[in-house]
Amino acid sequence: MMSDEIILSARGLSKYYAKVKALDNVTLDIRRGEVISLCGENGAGKSTFIKLLTGAETPSSGTIVYEGKEYSSLDPQLSAELGIAAVYQEFSLIPYLTIAENVFYGRELKKGFVLDKKEMSRRVQELFDQMEVDIDVNKRVCDVGVAYKQIVEILKAVARNPKFIILDEPTASLTLKETEIFFNVIRKLKENNCTILFISHRLEEIFEMCDRAAVFMDGRFVTVRDVKTLQMNELISLMVGRELSGEYPTPKYHSDEVILECKHLKNAALKDVSFKLHKGEILGFGGLVGAGRTELARAIFGADPLSSGEIIFNGRKYKPKSPRKALSTGIGLIPEDRKSQGVLLSLTIKENTVYSSLPKYLTCGFIINPNKERSETERYISELKIKTPGIDQLTKNLSGGNQQKVVLARILSTECDVLIFDEPTRGIDVAAKQEIYNLMCKLADSGKSIIMISSEMPELIGMSQRIYVMGYGQITAELSKDQFSQELILEKSALGKAE
Amino acid sequence: MNKNFSLWMLDYGIVLILFLLIGIFSVASSNFFSLSTLTTILRQVSIIGIISVGAAYVILTAGIDLSVGSIACISSLTAALLLKAGWSIPVTIVVTLILATIYGVFSGCLVVFFKMSPLIATLGVMTSLRGAGYLITDGLPVFGFGKGLSAFGRGYFLGIPDPVILMVVIFALGIFILSCTPIGRYVYGVGGNEEASRLSGVSIGGVKIFCYAFCAMLSGIAGLVLLSRTNSGQPAAGVGFEMDAITAVVLGGISLMGGQGKLPLVIIGVLIMGVLSTGMLMCNINDYVQQVVKGLVLIAAVAFSYVSTRLRDKIITKPND
Ligand SMILES: Nc1ncnc2c1ncn2[C@@H]1O[C@H](COP(=O)(O)OP(=O)(O)OP(=O)(O)O)[C@@H](O)[C@H]1O
Ligand SMILES: [Mg+2]
Repeated sequence: MMSDEIILSARGLSKYYAKVKALDNVTLDIRRGEVISLCGENGAGKSTFIKLLTGAETPSSGTIVYEGKEYSSLDPQLSAELGIAAVYQEFSLIPYLTIAENVFYGRELKKGFVLDKKEMSRRVQELFDQMEVDIDVNKRVCDVGVAYKQIVEILKAVARNPKFIILDEPTASLTLKETEIFFNVIRKLKENNCTILFISHRLEEIFEMCDRAAVFMDGRFVTVRDVKTLQMNELISLMVGRELSGEYPTPKYHSDEVILECKHLKNAALKDVSFKLHKGEILGFGGLVGAGRTELARAIFGADPLSSGEIIFNGRKYKPKSPRKALSTGIGLIPEDRKSQGVLLSLTIKENTVYSSLPKYLTCGFIINPNKERSETERYISELKIKTPGIDQLTKNLSGGNQQKVVLARILSTECDVLIFDEPTRGIDVAAKQEIYNLMCKLADSGKSIIMISSEMPELIGMSQRIYVMGYGQITAELSKDQFSQELILEKSALGKAE
Repeated sequence: MNKNFSLWMLDYGIVLILFLLIGIFSVASSNFFSLSTLTTILRQVSIIGIISVGAAYVILTAGIDLSVGSIACISSLTAALLLKAGWSIPVTIVVTLILATIYGVFSGCLVVFFKMSPLIATLGVMTSLRGAGYLITDGLPVFGFGKGLSAFGRGYFLGIPDPVILMVVIFALGIFILSCTPIGRYVYGVGGNEEASRLSGVSIGGVKIFCYAFCAMLSGIAGLVLLSRTNSGQPAAGVGFEMDAITAVVLGGISLMGGQGKLPLVIIGVLIMGVLSTGMLMCNINDYVQQVVKGLVLIAAVAFSYVSTRLRDKIITKPND
């Protein structure tokens, strides 16, 4: 129900951080009832733009016109009153409250002085039913998977009946199945004439869901286009300023030597998992969110305990006692949850890059050598194309995708033989994805072995040489390259016994 | 106002506050602005200064150590008793510092292995060590041992009191470890994001225990300096040291949330505390008022550290002119 009426327009919005121009004189009109997407490379200014609209940050200059009224800046409360709702990628749910309680958090229904829990869960259940999301709203948030948390987060915003809803990378942690649920919610919202602005680095989603795509580059607004008349490669070249091949590189190295073998691994989330990883191989792990892939990676890395099972690494028995031990043995993990487990936000890029491998950079055995640190960090900044004013920038000042690259740099500098990438390209732009694929391929060619957990089907199929599919804490299928297909992987992920 | 200047003020404004205080007291009391007062202040703050270095380490890991005063006290008592029993000075020092370090390792273990809140763990250690001090001395001062140690407390090197030199050396050591060695880097990392540090292969337990042990050892050294200055072991000594040390650390811009701040400015924090107490003394401000002021300074320092982060964000995002 898109009309030509403008609901919100940004007029010359700018945002500066010291010398960094995060957003530079952006003017953009958003129409009532449309689904519009912001596209652009990591650090292009997308998150900054929406932070100005939600009032999380104040513009350095420029104004926002909302429903005909002009504001020089918004604050979160004001923007909520205006009917603007935002969902950030970081979760703001309270784990020990139920879904219903979370949805009503801060504006609880009361009967006299006491909470009216019954009415709250009734209303929330009604909303979830209406949006066709099948989940018991009386469950506690900590008992549902990460994908459902994201959906609850979105519905929490929807419950306020917003006129304008803003979503920053809402699908990043969703697999295909939950993404469908999410799209469904978006369609329903659209029927109710709600305006939707969302950011995603999965470009297929933009073509599936959006009416228009606005492209940002280096903090500047480039253009806004109707999706109907736009081609994928055209969008990509608008975003990155050049053509991309979009092909997956194929590693040349082949070996039958087994470097890592897991036998009958069991713990709270794993039910008897056995598999082999060859030297120089890129091994994919597919499945739905909650299938136990992350748990498997964490167990091998020693971040979570195993209750039984055996791991052979390089011909020798290996007991994953702690991440420290894993790293010194030669097994590295890039964790799935960047903010809470991956990056040290209060340290600089340099300090993050060398953090796991400090012993490599010592002189006299205990003094950190600043020159070695610097050259190593600069090497990774150029190799991974990290967008930053310098190596001493605090990582919390980087955009989401660039923070992910810093985590990558940290693990790569440990020079582990086995690298476990848990959703390595989450939140990373198309061009950088390509860089990371090339890098993985180069690593494999140099004899490193890679386990890649990914919920992005094209990437899983494109990069892996072999795929294990997991469901309910078990391996449900092993697929060789000629068997790869989206349908088969989906079918196999539904297998495995639920309790 | 110029942007860079404003940022500079947020970082180093504390230095101006120090000068301001010195100015105020110089006007209020004619004897204040003199070399001898300066020496007195420096000598007086050396004890808190030494402790502050340790306190800063603990606070950087997002912890807190309340037991520093009790450890300083019991260390001075142990040393006094050992000296009285005829032990030599070097052996006494070594034994006392080993004991002090053990108290810290104990607090650290409580925090690491029993996941105790640092506040509670060190509150327990603080109280029991205070009690232990009274026990081993029957609550009476210990004196009547050689003058060996007090030569240090009264001594000068190049015209600077020995304890002050010791404080400077310890600050230099503390700064060196923090900025140039892996353990120092891990102190910031653990305070900034514990889980990410663990997954980076850092032994976070080890880092924390190191900090508490280091803090306790420095408190032990502070206890020895105390003994060398008074030449008697007082079982009631060291009360409130934790207050002074924490205030100095926060004044120096180290965040109580952990992971943020630099050690060099803590010296300024320490000096402010010294100027305040000596200045108030020389202006005949009574003890109770002094206590009130010190408490308010702590509150103001914490409030300022919050406000300054906000201000910094504001300034940084102002358009360039
Ligand atoms: N607090 C800050 N201090 C300094 N620079 C910042 C700060 N916040 C953002 N920036 C810079 O502003 C630029 C835009 O960041 P923004 O987060 O808007 O990018 P983005 O388009 O959302 O990227 P991504 O796709 O990686 O999430 C980046 O170069 C980033 O380094
Ligand atoms: Mg972003």
